[in-house]
Order: sequence, then C-alpha cells, then structure tokens
Amino acid sequence: MKAVAFAYARATSVVNALELLAAHGDKAKVLSGGQSLMPAMNLRLLSPDILIDIGGLAELRGIAVRGDVLVVGALTRHVDLLGSPEIALHAPLLRDAVAHVAHPAIRNRGTIGGSLAHADPASELPACVLALDATIVVRGPAGERRIAATEFFKGIYETALSPDELLVAVEVPVAGQGTAFFFQEYARRHGDYAIVGLAACAVVAASSFSDLRLGFFAVGDRPVLAAAAGKLINASVTPALLAEATAALADELDPQEDQQATAAMRRHLAAALLRRCAAALLARPELEKGATR
Amino acid sequence: MTVTRPPAGMLSVLDRPNSYIGKTVPRPNLDRLLQGRGQYVSDLELPRMAHVVFLRSPYAHAKIVAIDADVAKRMSGVISIVTGRELEAVITPWVGVLSHLKGLKSAPQHAIAVDRACWQGEAVAAIVATSRAAAEDAMEHISVDYEELEAVTDMRTALDPATHVIHPSLGDNLAFERTLNAGDVDHALLGSEVVEADFVFGRHTGVTLEPRAVVADWSAAEGRLTIYQGTQAPHMVQNIAALHLGLREAQVRVICKDVGGSFGIKVHIYADEMATYALSKLLRRPIKFVADRVESFNTDIHARDHRCRGRIGVRPDGTITAFEIDDLTGIGPYSMYPRTSAIEANQVVNLVGGPYLTPNYRARARVVFQNKNVMCQYRAVGHPIACSVTEGLVDLAAARIGMDPVEIRRRNLIADDAYPCASPSGMKFEQLSHHASLAKLLQMMDYDALRAEQAALRAKNVHRGIGIASFIEVTNPSAAFYGVGGAKISSQDGVAVRLDAQGSVICQTSITEQGQGSESLTAQIVGSVLGVSMDRVRVTLGDTDNTPYGGGTWASRGAGIGGEAALQAAKALRQNILDVAAAILQSTPAELDIVTNSIINAGDGAPRMELNELARIVYFRPDTLPPGIQPELMATRHFVPRQYPFAFTNGIQASWLEIDTDTGFVTLLKHWVVEDCGTIINPQLVDEQIRGGVVQGLGAALFEKCIYDERGQLTNANMADYLVPMSGEMPDIDIGHVVSPTRESELGAKGAGEAGTAGAAAAVANAVNDALRPFGTKITEIPLTPQVILTALGRI
Repeated sequence: MKAVAFAYARATSVVNALELLAAHGDKAKVLSGGQSLMPAMNLRLLSPDILIDIGGLAELRGIAVRGDVLVVGALTRHVDLLGSPEIALHAPLLRDAVAHVAHPAIRNRGTIGGSLAHADPASELPACVLALDATIVVRGPAGERRIAATEFFKGIYETALSPDELLVAVEVPVAGQGTAFFFQEYARRHGDYAIVGLAACAVVAASSFSDLRLGFFAVGDRPVLAAAAGKLINASVTPALLAEATAALADELDPQEDQQATAAMRRHLAAALLRRCAAALLARPELEKGATR
Repeated sequence: MTVTRPPAGMLSVLDRPNSYIGKTVPRPNLDRLLQGRGQYVSDLELPRMAHVVFLRSPYAHAKIVAIDADVAKRMSGVISIVTGRELEAVITPWVGVLSHLKGLKSAPQHAIAVDRACWQGEAVAAIVATSRAAAEDAMEHISVDYEELEAVTDMRTALDPATHVIHPSLGDNLAFERTLNAGDVDHALLGSEVVEADFVFGRHTGVTLEPRAVVADWSAAEGRLTIYQGTQAPHMVQNIAALHLGLREAQVRVICKDVGGSFGIKVHIYADEMATYALSKLLRRPIKFVADRVESFNTDIHARDHRCRGRIGVRPDGTITAFEIDDLTGIGPYSMYPRTSAIEANQVVNLVGGPYLTPNYRARARVVFQNKNVMCQYRAVGHPIACSVTEGLVDLAAARIGMDPVEIRRRNLIADDAYPCASPSGMKFEQLSHHASLAKLLQMMDYDALRAEQAALRAKNVHRGIGIASFIEVTNPSAAFYGVGGAKISSQDGVAVRLDAQGSVICQTSITEQGQGSESLTAQIVGSVLGVSMDRVRVTLGDTDNTPYGGGTWASRGAGIGGEAALQAAKALRQNILDVAAAILQSTPAELDIVTNSIINAGDGAPRMELNELARIVYFRPDTLPPGIQPELMATRHFVPRQYPFAFTNGIQASWLEIDTDTGFVTLLKHWVVEDCGTIINPQLVDEQIRGGVVQGLGAALFEKCIYDERGQLTNANMADYLVPMSGEMPDIDIGHVVSPTRESELGAKGAGEAGTAGAAAAVANAVNDALRPFGTKITEIPLTPQVILTALGRI
C-alpha cells in the first residue's frame, strides 16, 4: 500500500493552480483535504503523475454572507462547517450533515470542495447542496462558471468539472422565513458511509409544505433530488398521501445492491426516511409509522 | 507439583504486607508505550535491511503456468525476485496435522506457492527491494500466466462427489471429522419437546492494529538466524523456523518486543513469514515483511465460518434432556501450521452443552477444505460457536415451554457444589460457579425491573430485548492441547528471578506481552512474593536467548501458568535470600522476612538489613560471609498444570438492546458480564481484558464478516467495508466477579482473556430474538445486520 511515485506542486494562487492544471490536464489530481485521494493512491487505484496541492490558497478558504447568498470557500474544512455561526444560522443542514461525515480526524482535514468534486454518491455534502439548491462555482482557463448543484453530479465520481477547472466555492441561498431542514442517514456505524441518507430542505407554512427538496444519497450513482417531494407540496399531508409519496419515491429510485443492502432494502429505508422527515418537519409524529401498519 | 497452602486464617504467600495481588496498579510498561518508546517490529530498521513484498494470486484456485519477472528484475531498487520453486531449495514444506486429532489430514504447504495457488492472496512470488514502494513498483511488472481452476467455495457442497477435490492426493475435501455420542440422546428426546435450529456464523478475522511484522536476519558468519517478530509464541517460532530451514534450534533466536495486538492471529506460522526467514538465508541479509492492511485481510487467519444445526430436548418442567449438534466449517485449502485448523470444530464439540446437567449429548463436526483464506484459532477458539448454539437452543426451548430464560437456566445449570465433575464430552471441571454467577448477574442488571421496563415499552411500540448467555471457558491448557498431538509447542512456562547488586530484581519469563499485561502481572507476583516494591522489579520477555523455555501467551495461559512459575521462582529466591540473611545476621531464615525491600524480624517487624546491603555483601564482600555459604541470588522455576487438562472457568453475560423494527438497526444499550477466573491479580487488567473480549464478540454479533463471492474473491478486504466494532456503537459493559481459585496452583489464577468473546454474541442474539418475540421471528444467524433483521421481519 505505497503510492506510485508522483510529482508534487504546491499552488501559490488560484491562477497558478489553473496553470498547473492546464499544463498537466487529466494526469494531475488536485489535493485538497486528501481524505479520499490519498487512500486511493496508496491502494494504487489512482496514480496521478502530479498532485497539485491547493492547501495553501487562503483565497479559497472561509465562509461569508453576501446579500442573500452564503458563500463557502472550497477549502473550508468539515470541522469549520461544524463550528461556523454563519452556517448554523443560514444553512444548518450543512452543520447537521457534517456531523455524520466520518470521524474528527477526517473532518479536521476534509474539505467541502474536495467532497463535492470527488462526488462519491454515498457522501453527505453532495446531497445537501442539491437540497439547498446551491450553486457550484468553478474557475477554468476561460474564467468562472456557475453550475447549479442539480447539474453538477454526473455519476459515480463524475461531475461537470473539466480536468482544467478548479472548484472554488459553493453558494447557498440564505435560509428564509419558515425554512426547515432535516438530515438523517442510516449507517452501520457512526462515521460510515450511509446505506441510505436524506438531506432535506423545506418551507413549512400553516402545517404544510410550500416547498420541499429531498436530497437522497447512497441510492444510486449520484445524489438524487426526489421528484416524489412534489406530491407533498401545497397539500394536506395525510398518511395516505405520504404513502403515495413513498410509493412514488420507490419507483423513482434505482438503487444499487451492495454488501450493506439490497436495492429493496434501500427503497425501504428511503421510504422510512421520507416518513420520518415529514413527521419531523411538520411536527406530526404519527406520520412516522406510515399508513399501512 | 505439590501445592502448599496455609491453613485457614494464616497469611498465604500472596497475602503479604506489601502485596500487589488483587490490586489495580499501573502497568510498568505504560509510560514507555504512551511516550512512543514502544519497540515494534514494524518500526525496526537494520543495516542492509531489504523489504519483501509478495505478489499474491488474484484467483482462488489457479495453476501457475509461468512467471515472467525479467522486466521487474531490472527495475530500480530491486534486489531479487524469488519464486516458490526457487525458495524450495532453502525451506521445506509442511503439513498442518496433529496426531491426537485422529484422521485430520492436510496437504504440503509451501512458503511460496509452487505450481498452484489455492486461495486468493496466496503468495506466488517474492519481490525483495530496497524499499516497500520499490518492491510494489516492480510487482506491477511481473506477469504471471495463470490457468484458473475450479474453486471450491461453498462448504455445504465441498463434500459432494461432483465437487472438485482441492488436493487430489487426499482423496476428498474432508479435513477432519469428529463424532461424539454420550448418554442416550434418542431415548431422551422421545419424551421431550424437541426444538431445532440452524445457526450460521460469519467468517471473520482479528484485525490487529499492528499487522503481522517480521524482520529475519541471517548471519552467515555466525550461522545464526535472528528473527524479530510480533508473535505470541517465540519458542514455537524458533522450533518451526529451525526445522524447516535445516538448522538446530540454537541457531535461531526469536526476539519479540512490543506487539500491536494479537488476538490469536499471531500464534500461527504463516507462509509469508516462513518465506521471509528463508529469503534472509538465501540473500544473506536482513529482510523485512510487514503485511499491509489488504494483505492482512487476505492472509491473517480467518475464523468462525460455521454452520451448525442444533437440537435440544426439553420437558414441560424445564428439564433439558439432550443436546445434539451437526457442525460444518470450511477452513481454506490447508490446515494451518502447526496448531491445525481442526481445533475450533473440536472445541465446539467439546463445549456445547457444557454448563448444563444433561448427560445426553450427540455431536458431529466436519471440517472441509475450500479455496478461501486459511482459518484457524482466534480469540476464544470455538467458544462463541458453542455458546451461541447452546444458549440459542436453551432460549428456544424456554420459549417453546413458556418459561423465563433465567428460570430454565436456574433449573439446568450444574450446581455449584457438584464439583469436581465432567461434561458429557469428557471435559473435567474442577470448580465452577454458574449459580453464584447467575445470581450476581441478575442483581447487577436488576433483571425484574428490566423485564418490567421491556413490557412497558413494548406497549409503546418500542422493542427492547434481554439476552442471557452462560458459558464455560478453556484456560491454562496443559500438554493436552498440542503437545500430546506431537506439536513442539510448550505447555509449560519458566521464570527466572535474580537479585541485582543493588537489591533490585530482574525477572525473565517465557510468557509474552501483546498488551494484555503479562509484564505487569509478573512484576506484581514477584514483587509481592519476594517483598520487593514493584518499581524495583524489571521484567524481560520475548527473547529465546534470554528467557526460560516456554509456551508464550495464548489460550488464556499467561497468568495461570506463567504467573505460577513466577510465584514459585520468587518463593525460591526469597528462601535463598533469607538463608544468606540468616547467616549474615546470625539468625535463622524462619525468624526473618522480607518486606518492602528490607530484611526484617518476622516476629516484631524490626528492620534488620536492606536488600541493597545484602546484595552488596554477597556480590562484593563474599569474603566476609561465614564459611560454607554459597549464596544463590537467582532462582528459576517452571510450571505446567498436570492434574486437569484445562482450568475451566465460567461466567454469564447479558445484553440489553433496542431494535428499530422499521429499519432493522440494533442499538446496544447495556452489557453485563459476571466471570470467575479464580485469583484476580490485577482487577483493572482483568476487567479490561473482559471488556475488550466483549467488544470483539459484539463485533461478531453485529458487524464483522469476511464476504466472499462465489468465485472465492474476498470482496471487503479493507477497513471501510469490513466493519470492526467501534466505540460509538458499544454499550457500557459492567463486570462482576465470582472467585473460585484453582487448587492446582498456589496462585489459584485461571485465564480471563477469552471470557468476553465467548458469550457476547450469544447474549446479543438472544436479546434480538427476545425483542422480536411479538413478531414471531427467529434469527439464528450472525452478524445480525439490518438486512438480516428486516428480512426476518418480512419488511423487505
């Protein structure tokens, strides 16, 4: 478990990083927190010719509110999301999600940009940015591109990012009046990748949803913004309607089978999460048990 | 040996004024380890040392047609690339059988595969280079022409006539079969309710923090091989290395300093370790092998892959009338060397039904070959299988007749005053304490209150369960374990103690330390018996040149056997010291005592002379001693149990857990253990051994499983997919003790290392079934994953 020898460059600026990416293309890998990249290299699953370390780029760090947008720098570490008052106030979903990401040692190094660019379909933050309707900001030789989170994830470890582009920030709309969040995942152990997880963002008014965005993860090759949510928006949520929504969800999802769960179990757990989410956000515990039991 | 015990009321050799026995004293090696001064083989660097990496078969079963290493050999840093055929010239193959396991057969195994690889992960070539990274680079450029052969992977069909025979010379895939028929099972079952279940156990492995590590250093000048290795049994390694390299044992020295965890994984001889010894001899330089994590999963022994059909007979009054089992286990392509892979199944036969009164017991165990990694002894060998089957059946029987699980145990556990006695399988019990342990457990957990809480919560659709598991544990093994079967594995241990020139004590013991506290218990015993403070006792272990000959540390033998040797050696040295003191002080040995580093009057406690002064006289002014006195300030004693083949211990565990019936997730809320290991030397070390053991058992119950596909590929050989138990999921574990010392030694200590692992999974499985009773499910498979539970509940 020793990585193949590789060259290493520590970028001095975003511009410099982009130059290095332009020079090396897909032979290069960007090193951010390194929590997924380094194990993959040590297992020789990846053997880039060169690592471009962006760890020194202060311009990619930090969390700021600009108008009604919360801007999170790509190098913001998980531990910073956990402790940030801005995140707690404007996007507490990220804080709640990050508490489930691995363990403190990993959260101390892992970054939001790294997690999104890595695009592991079982990881928490990609689903969160879907639910939050966030925008991914990338920079490349041609300048800046802003990609809707819904357009960003393309498959397992695949994103809309080109090899010569760098993910620089995430923009999250500031939570408005009546916005509520729900985050839960089922994992065998604390810190494991989820078997199924849900990051949800809702606007609750008069005991119903005027908006509901359900970001499921570990249910396919990328995070899924579930269309089934539409059934619950601007409707009186009864157990029967919720059952209709969970049935629609089961149809919509196409989860994989792996060592932790069959596809059927993933559908079952996703439905349980949806019920728990609705029950929690509407403060109606009786919804949790479903209509049929 | 004869054991002297003081009459009641008198101080024993252990109850002395500065005794450390029964006290939680800090381990002497703690500061050293905490300050990063441990000496692990993984960290060892020697001049001219090279690193070996093994190219391993990607197939479960394949013919090795050709190996082309021409390109790799020319790569930077590569010293040599050696195939199995080439290494054969230096080291002979072995066969892992023991004569007392009648009928056990296996095929010759080579240090590196010759012609054929029999499991995914078997080494087919060694790459020796100046660094591990260089060796891994070169490995990618070796091309091996394999011809894939049919792989035997399902133990259930391994014996079918249509199944490929892995070793044609053996005739079939059956490695070992044992049957036992005690009492009259058929007759007993006639008038009984009979409950039957199939128990399924996942394959798992030890996952030591420090992987297996060895540095072999052949000195051609001395004609001597020094092996630095993280092992539990240095003298066994010495014997085996010498045997297969054509050396005398005196030509092999094994040094084992700190070891980052063993759990039974490091008590075996592995092919890649043998290859490393041989490579050092072949290349005449130090060679280091440290398994990486993937290699560890693919080559560290696996354990527990059993399918066991069990039956129990019970009468309406709760009397258990019989046990019957049919156990099947698959051990990989070879029986492991030198302890063999039949021991676990053999233990299952020995232990099922062991805590209970019924004399009617029938058993069959079959051990079959497969093209998977080798299986062998791992912490609590066979115990978790036997305990889960026995206790699972007892709970099923109780449910059948509508009796409380505690009540059925109360009516069937062997009475505490019935000893000595023997089990239907012939296991001899000196003194066990099942009923005292059960009573203590019920009091610790407040059983009745817990049942009431369970009932109240059930009404609110919260499903909690209580599971109980009694167990017996094999400890302090005599020669009956391995020696009688022809293995050169010592069951005796030795300790040498000597007084240095300033009155401190140097102690050499043949037991080893892997973190469980061997060093501490030895110092505590020697300090107590001699009358010397622990800070003046220095313990050396893990060096075949510098310790007495002995077995090492495995099967919960360190305290019970090595501890007794330490006690006897310290007693002898104490007598020698008192003889000299009497001569110097013109007194008699009987009138003197040693307390806290000084000779005192036994009668009035008046100080007479410091040990420091006595040592000065003996070593530097012997001219002043009376004529005829030859002081012997060093004593050595050995010990082995002879009367009982094993010092059985017993205990009982309970689990309290909650199941989310919507998701299948289990939350462990609390775990209790009451255990009887005889004399307790260091309560903290004993309790933490038990806690660690419980955690390992909980891992088996809920998490751990080596998952193979139908082609024999291990699909989760990494720490992300193979789930070890972690602190976040662990409950508080309360521990209580009942103390029944063994009378076979003056120390009275039995083992405690495996009790936790023995019963934890059984307690959890019983608790899961208890929680799910309203749903009419019955689960007899571990690990109890959410998938298994949801499937049983019919939710998916």
